[in-house]
Amino acid sequence: MVQVVFTPNLQRHVSCPPVGVTGSTVAEALSSVFDDNPTLRGYVLDDQGALRKNMVIFVDGRALKDRRTLNDRVADNAEIFVMQALTGG
Amino acid sequence: MSERLHVASRKGLFTLERSGGWHVARVDFLGDNCSAVLTDPRDGCVYAALDHGHFGVKLHRASGDGTQFEEITPPSYPEKAEDEEEWTDIHGRVVPNSLELIWCLEAGHPRDTGSIWCGTVPGGLFHSDDAGNSWRLVESLWNDPLRRGWFGGGMDYPGIHSICVHPDDPATLAVAVSCGGVWHTRDGGDSWRCLGDGLHADYLPGAQATNPAIQDVHRLVQCRARPEVFWLQHHNGIFRSDDSGGHYSELSDAAPSAFGFAVAVHPQDADTAWFVPQIKDEQRIPVDGRVVVLRTRDGGQSFERLTDGLPQEYAYDICFRHALDVDASGEQLALGSTTGSLWISENGGNRWECVSTHLPPIYALRFTH
Repeated sequence: MVQVVFTPNLQRHVSCPPVGVTGSTVAEALSSVFDDNPTLRGYVLDDQGALRKNMVIFVDGRALKDRRTLNDRVADNAEIFVMQALTGG
Repeated sequence: MSERLHVASRKGLFTLERSGGWHVARVDFLGDNCSAVLTDPRDGCVYAALDHGHFGVKLHRASGDGTQFEEITPPSYPEKAEDEEEWTDIHGRVVPNSLELIWCLEAGHPRDTGSIWCGTVPGGLFHSDDAGNSWRLVESLWNDPLRRGWFGGGMDYPGIHSICVHPDDPATLAVAVSCGGVWHTRDGGDSWRCLGDGLHADYLPGAQATNPAIQDVHRLVQCRARPEVFWLQHHNGIFRSDDSGGHYSELSDAAPSAFGFAVAVHPQDADTAWFVPQIKDEQRIPVDGRVVVLRTRDGGQSFERLTDGLPQEYAYDICFRHALDVDASGEQLALGSTTGSLWISENGGNRWECVSTHLPPIYALRFTH
C-alpha cells in the first residue's frame, strides 16, 4: 500500500486524513484518493490535472519531478506527502 | 430599502444587517480571501467565491437565510487538447487554461431559474443552469480570435469583471473585460460582438487607442429601467452609452478626477450614476487625501461632489470596482475601501454613515434585494 498524507493546513478546508491506496505512480495513487474524495482533487491539482503551482509533493522525501502529469513512480510501501510550498514571510 | 449587505473582503465574508443601525451580524470564511459575492434576488441564495492561493479557487453557496454554506463545484476550464496552441499575451506570458480567480458572479434572468453567470481570470465566462452545481465554459467567447488580444490590467491575466443580463431578455448579455473591451450576445452566448465605438485609451499607440477589443474597462453597469443605457468607468475616464453599447460618449466634466474603478447606476433613473474618483495610474489615492463620491443626475452633463460623512483629510481609501453598490430603491448605497472602511448612505449619497474603519480590505459589496 502507498500511504498518502496531506498537510494539516489543508484539513481546515477539506477533510483529508492519511489514507492507504494502491498505485505505481503518484498520479495513480492520488487518483485513488480522489475517487473517494472528489472535492479534494481541486485543492491539489489545477484544471488541467497538473500539480497546483504553489503545491509540492514529496515521495519518500524526494520532491516530485513530473508536476504536469505526476508520473513519478512510487514503490509499494512509499509515502506521498502533499503540502503547500511556503512563500512569503 | 435593503436590510442586509454582504461584504466580500481579503479576510472573509461579512454579513451586515440594518436593524438598529447597520452592524456586522455574521462572519463566514474568516481569514480566507473572498473575491466575489452574489445574493440571488430570485431565491435568496448567497454565493461566495474564495481564493485560497495555494489550494486554488473555491465556491460556496448558502440557501435561505444565508447561514449554512456548502462547498459547490467551481467553474473549471476544459482539458487542453494535446495540439492546442499556447496563447502568449503581449507581456510574453502563457495564459493558462485554468481558473485563477472568480471575479464576478451574476444571477441570470428571473425567468431562467438556476441560471448563474461567472466571470473569471484568465478571461473565461462560465454559465450554470443549475444554481452552480455544474458549470460550462462559454467556448464561443473563449475561442474568439480577438480574445488573443486581451491582456491583464492590474492582474497578470485578463479577466471578466462585469456581466449585465438584460432585464427583458434572458439571452441578451453584455460582459466587460480588463483589458478586452465590452462583448455583447443576443443568443444566450452562442455568438458575440465586441462593441464600443467612442471608447478610447489614450495611453495606447496609434490605432490601438480605439481598438474596441483591448479597451481597459474597469466596470460596466446597465440601468434596469432603461437597459439601453450603460455607464462605464474606463481607465481613461467616464463613458455613457444610450444605444445598448454601440456608441459611447466620454463625460469629461468630472472633477476632481474621471479616473476610478467603481460605478453604480440608479435602477429606475438612467441619468443618475455614482463614481469614486482617484488619482490616475502611478499613485491611485484619493485626490488631496479626500474621499469623494461623484454623482450625476443629468446623464453626465454635470457631477456633484458628495462628501458629507466621508473623511476629508489624510484619507487614502481606494474603492475597488465591485465595492460600490446601490439597492433596488436607488436611494441606499454602500461604499467599501481597500483600507477596510465601509460607508452607507440612505439618501442617494447626500449623507454617508461610517459603519467601520477597520474591516479587512473590501473587494465587493452586495445588498440583498
